[in-house]
Amino acid sequence: MENRPLEYDYTVAKMFMLTTILLGIVGMLIGVILAFQLAFPEVNTILGSGLAEYTNFSRLRPLHTDAVIFGFTLSGIFATWYYVGQRVLKVSMAESGFLMFIGKLHFWLYLVGVVAVVVTLFMGITTSKEYAEFEWPIDIAIVVVWVLFGISLFGLIGIRREKSLYISVWYYIATFLGIAMLYLFNNMEIPTMLATAPDGSAVGGSWMHSVSMYAGTNDALVQWWYGHNAVAFGFTVPIVAMIYYFLPKESGQAIYSYKLSLLSFWGLMFVYLWAGGHHLLFSTVPDWMQTMGSIFSVILILPSWGSAINMLLTMKGEWQQVAASPLIKFMVLGSTFYMFSTLEGPIQAIKSVNAIAHFTDWIVGHVHDGVLGWVGFMIMAALYHMAPRVFKKEIYSKSLMATQFWIQTLGVVLYFTSMWIAGITQGMMWRAHDEFGNLAYSFIDTVTVLHPYYTIRGVGGLLYLVGFLMFAYNIYKTMTSGRKVEESELQNASPMGA
Amino acid sequence: MFHWLEKHPFFFAVGVFLVISFAGLIEIVPNFAQASRPVIGTAPYSTLELAGRHVYIKNSCNACHSQLVRPFKSETDRYGHYSLSGEYAYDRPFLWGSKRTGPDLMRVGNYRTTDWHENHMKAPADVVPGSIMPAYTWMFTNLADINTAYAEQLTVAQFFSTPYNKPVPMKDGSTKVVAMGNNVTEANAMALEEAKLIAADMKDQDVKDAVANGQIPEIVALIAYMNSLK
Repeated sequence: MENRPLEYDYTVAKMFMLTTILLGIVGMLIGVILAFQLAFPEVNTILGSGLAEYTNFSRLRPLHTDAVIFGFTLSGIFATWYYVGQRVLKVSMAESGFLMFIGKLHFWLYLVGVVAVVVTLFMGITTSKEYAEFEWPIDIAIVVVWVLFGISLFGLIGIRREKSLYISVWYYIATFLGIAMLYLFNNMEIPTMLATAPDGSAVGGSWMHSVSMYAGTNDALVQWWYGHNAVAFGFTVPIVAMIYYFLPKESGQAIYSYKLSLLSFWGLMFVYLWAGGHHLLFSTVPDWMQTMGSIFSVILILPSWGSAINMLLTMKGEWQQVAASPLIKFMVLGSTFYMFSTLEGPIQAIKSVNAIAHFTDWIVGHVHDGVLGWVGFMIMAALYHMAPRVFKKEIYSKSLMATQFWIQTLGVVLYFTSMWIAGITQGMMWRAHDEFGNLAYSFIDTVTVLHPYYTIRGVGGLLYLVGFLMFAYNIYKTMTSGRKVEESELQNASPMGA
Repeated sequence: MFHWLEKHPFFFAVGVFLVISFAGLIEIVPNFAQASRPVIGTAPYSTLELAGRHVYIKNSCNACHSQLVRPFKSETDRYGHYSLSGEYAYDRPFLWGSKRTGPDLMRVGNYRTTDWHENHMKAPADVVPGSIMPAYTWMFTNLADINTAYAEQLTVAQFFSTPYNKPVPMKDGSTKVVAMGNNVTEANAMALEEAKLIAADMKDQDVKDAVANGQIPEIVALIAYMNSLK
């Protein structure tokens, strides 16, 4: 360690770490509120009926999904990039004034974008497309932020000392390209402010409003090609980038197999994009597309499990670390949830299963075992690993970290088990016929029956939020009152030798 | 090859891009023209209906209600004929939704009335005991944005040739013309005429008064949209 040539500059990484935590709290808090609104509808008017327009379920729901995706997760991706990138490319941000400027601009514009998103969604300004709700001015801002991320990414790669790109960098590149392509095509829209009336007079109306370039079935197809793959390139690819770096670093173990990582990477790139059709089974898109979506979803198990198994085998012979280190616990359980979630998804994509599961809470459960168990755990683990190296302070409390781990694990388990039961119960009740061939249940019967599961889910979500607050507190105390520590004192090893 | 790619980021990125763009090209492009053709009986939205659709979107009704009837007996029993691609030809954006916390609304106009919606939006649990849907009371006071709906009509007529002011074939062999105003004043006047018909079936005195005074509360536009879903 003494001969390490570089002092890395973590200014931008620190900024994004902060937004990861803040937006994580916001997104998860809104999630818990939503969960309790479904169990106890009075929560819709939690701030009084005068403000109900802004606190009711439907107005808050896009805020929850977007705060978690584009707030918490995206910040986490950027924070880890500005940390991992320098280290695996063997180059410091401080070496390039230009890249430092781009990095900071990237952060501040991102923050402006976040504020614009929060304000407009509260006002109900939305395109309604899931995870692409933002109207055209914000879309343009997002494209600019993304281009800045691209300049940072390829700029740092351009001045690298280590010529071979480490596996994590592959995944960051794929994240950049994938999201860029998907976001651009799904948000093709025409601002209506451009319209003039047939008699030539001005029309007025909202300048923010736009209309989608695609209609009906085509719009659905493009949207779910986007929606599914936003999960791919937001919740899978960059998180795999993180685990390929942080697990070997934290455990001191080398990646189990290079060939397996090659297979998983290129396999994931090729297969993932086909699977979007599984969101549209039994809809009006052509049958062959639905079948393709279904088949490729099942094939997708291979590259997904390839990465996960590669991670678990990296721990071969070192399993005592799982017991000893709460940080390793997060990562090992994270890859386990990844395996679990990438098996559950393909099962739901099989047509006969989808006939029951679609439109029910089972899908919500699936999203959350992936996001809470895999994405959330991995981002928190990454930040826990980064904190001592970035702030040069020892983690404030390891026992707090361990307690947090168990609270959150319990939360995730309560969440997905209750949603499984809720989803399958509702799916079965919707299709039940009585002995005369009439529908056995009215719709409301299938809603009231879910009350206990909605309550359990709310409790599960609350436990996860409590754990996240413990995480935020732990990081805060590490920054402010942790014991000073130099990186050379920290027990770690490296996939790249430094 | 892979070792070489890992040392050449540009070609690596090109490789990744080729691999990921493949699926979209094959799945989405070939069917594009076919899927956007309307079926007989599908007409574009009137200005008021479109303003109602904007209210629906503004309040993310699609977060809990689907507009897609799947081809199963249990669904056609509950909601009516299964969805056809061409029925969505004028839906920009599509509103299929991904979760049925509440029932499907694809054909809600066939079995719910103005009166029912009015009571239900005010106090859902009074109409459907056990309902967990929140009340949408602000829709009775907020005004619908007719200007924006009109601007959207003009935009889709210009860019996508949506047939406004043109005869559209109906199922019974007749034709229907969805009229669109020549300017924003005319569009507002036409929307108001349509709103008066809805308000006549409503009980809320404030809404009736507003419409009588030439204003269109959001709830009126929303109900016009709901009634058009058939």
